[in-house]
Amino acid sequence: MTSAQFEIQLIAVVVAIACALPGVFLVLRRMAMMSDAISHSILLGIVLAFFLTRDLTSPFLVIAATLSGVLTVSLVELLNRTRLVREDTAIGLIFPVLFSIGVILISRYSGDIHLDTDSVLLGELAFAPFDRFIIFSRDFGPRALYLMGGIMFINIVLIIMFYKELKVATFDAGLAMALGFSPALIHYGLMSMVSITAVGAFDAVGSILVVALMIGPPASVYLLTDRLSLLLILSSLLGAAGSIMGYWVAHLLDASIAGSISSMIGLIFLAVYLFAPDRGLIAIARRRRRQRIEFALEMLLVHLFNHEGLPEAAIECHIANLPEHLYWELQFAQRVIRSGEKGNLLLNREEILFLTSTGRERAQKSILA
Amino acid sequence: MIELLQNLIMDYTLRTVAMGSGILGIVSGALGSFAVLRKQSLLGDAVSHAALPGIALAFLLTGSKASPVLVVGAALAGWLGTFLILSITRTTRIKNDSALGLILSVFFGFGLVLLTFIQRQPYANKAGLDKFLFGQAAALLESDVLTMLVLGSIVLLLVIIFWKEFKILSFDPDFTASLGFPVQLLDILITSLLVIAIVVGLQTVGVVLMSAMVVAPAAAARQWTDRLGAMVFLSSLFGALAGVGGAVISSMTPRLPTGPTIVLCISALVLFSILLAPNRGLLWRWAAEQRNRRKLQIEAVLSDLYILARQHQGTEHGHPIEVLRTMSIGHGGVDRSLKELKTRGWVEQKADGNWVLTACGMEQAIQISDRGETSA
Repeated sequence: MTSAQFEIQLIAVVVAIACALPGVFLVLRRMAMMSDAISHSILLGIVLAFFLTRDLTSPFLVIAATLSGVLTVSLVELLNRTRLVREDTAIGLIFPVLFSIGVILISRYSGDIHLDTDSVLLGELAFAPFDRFIIFSRDFGPRALYLMGGIMFINIVLIIMFYKELKVATFDAGLAMALGFSPALIHYGLMSMVSITAVGAFDAVGSILVVALMIGPPASVYLLTDRLSLLLILSSLLGAAGSIMGYWVAHLLDASIAGSISSMIGLIFLAVYLFAPDRGLIAIARRRRRQRIEFALEMLLVHLFNHEGLPEAAIECHIANLPEHLYWELQFAQRVIRSGEKGNLLLNREEILFLTSTGRERAQKSILA
Repeated sequence: MIELLQNLIMDYTLRTVAMGSGILGIVSGALGSFAVLRKQSLLGDAVSHAALPGIALAFLLTGSKASPVLVVGAALAGWLGTFLILSITRTTRIKNDSALGLILSVFFGFGLVLLTFIQRQPYANKAGLDKFLFGQAAALLESDVLTMLVLGSIVLLLVIIFWKEFKILSFDPDFTASLGFPVQLLDILITSLLVIAIVVGLQTVGVVLMSAMVVAPAAAARQWTDRLGAMVFLSSLFGALAGVGGAVISSMTPRLPTGPTIVLCISALVLFSILLAPNRGLLWRWAAEQRNRRKLQIEAVLSDLYILARQHQGTEHGHPIEVLRTMSIGHGGVDRSLKELKTRGWVEQKADGNWVLTACGMEQAIQISDRGETSA
């Protein structure tokens, strides 16, 4: 592994963690698409600041871009407050406008600079190590690493400092208001965090990867845990793992790193979506099956109980007659019987079913319930 | 103007671009209306991003850059993305917005991997695929427009055939189900039509801006009417206007990309509608608020005079304007209100400059105070 490769992976991991932290709150607060809107409309801020400073590395660019992210949020709010359009419609109206203005400005006035829409949208992580942070002709490493490292640090510090406030405001907005936390302040604070992170990440990884890293890991972990602290930690870890895996896949295929990381995030989500212990598709399907059998068993017990000791018991409780009497497939009936035998609730004597004492108790209980 | 019309008919590029953008506007305007009403405004954003890997795969598998082939790939991928979004929201506790963002970015990222992969193959160049990313209206060919026309007509025809079903589905899905309509099938059908409408427009305005073409015409049209038919018609009209207008404007100005120009045109229409549409428009609302405020101010002065008259036993006793001003602290406008009341003949100014109610004004004031008491 060359030092450039190491640096790329390090940057990717830092970006992943920096994005996952505010992303958790976006997912919980149902504002995930805000990340998409912000990551697009920061283009306008970057372009405007560039025309003023003529310098692509100026810190002023970061400030202006962050401001345009916050502008997006406030315009959406403004439009939303007229109650003429719904919130998602407002998002869909605002960010294309800002993005369009940015694109038009670029193509009209930027004949000679290397600022183009491709690099904003797509990013190219492979170039990040070439942009060095140099002071007094000493090389301190890639610039993106410092920028994103700083942003990650700020995000971590802010979340730790305002953990309680964020938690209350996210899960119980009414309580937060009653306790005197300003919802607007928290909303805009969080949105500023998202903006700064998106801005820092844009030239390294592109705006689409920002969305993937902000939404993908928290959405995956959301299926695994209910604890906010675990959500934050696991999301960061998943994002970091996806970044490293994505890097090596891109390396193998000689393809876009940002795209490959997004794809990996998608695969991770798919795996969680299928296999999550409680909320995964497979777990849900198995639970449904089990519940179906459990319910059927209860029905069978009651059926046996009703005919117990009566003359017709030999017919009613004969296995061959169950399909007709309970409208079951024979195969299903046999599965139910097996599960009853395993639980020691009924006995099978020459194809006629009898309740055990525990089975009788259970049947009585379900009739009373 | 005549020159412009001449260009529209004679100039091959402009004619093609304008026709393409117009068709795009009509189709996405119509289907966008349903998307917005069904609270799926941002689905367009997700679908257009999700279409990218389909385009790349279609090219990888067939080696063809013909637009029908790519459009089929895009539609399949967009449809798969939509299906995933809907099933994630249905089966897990992940909300719609997160599912949208996730599918959007993952599909787009995968598309990007495929595009860069294609680019590095020796036998192929992806030049023709790039136009789907940012849209290149100027590169539209007549055959592309033909594809758009055919697909667009099919979509619109289906909307007309299933009009009643889509209408009821958009406003009350539960009621639709209770009437025995196959809601899930209709849901799939209308979403598929939206996917096709989006895919049709990708070449012209690109992945990022296509979402605006779904949301904006419908949002503008919604302000003017409460009827679905009128909304769909207006939405298509706005879409077409913005499409053709944007194409023409960008053709007349050097280095003005078509896609963003179209988006700015439709956004201007949205702004215009939000401000000026009758009844709902912000300006009308503001004017109504002002009217109401004036009415309340005038009534306040009238009842102040009435209170004073009662306290001073009789209407002959005049009251200086300063007293009225003091009584109206907080709502102001006393001078204007008195002037208005005077022209109505409800108050008059005595020789010493003081104000007093006329008999007619007294009647009005009693009416107002009665109204206040009964409602309180």
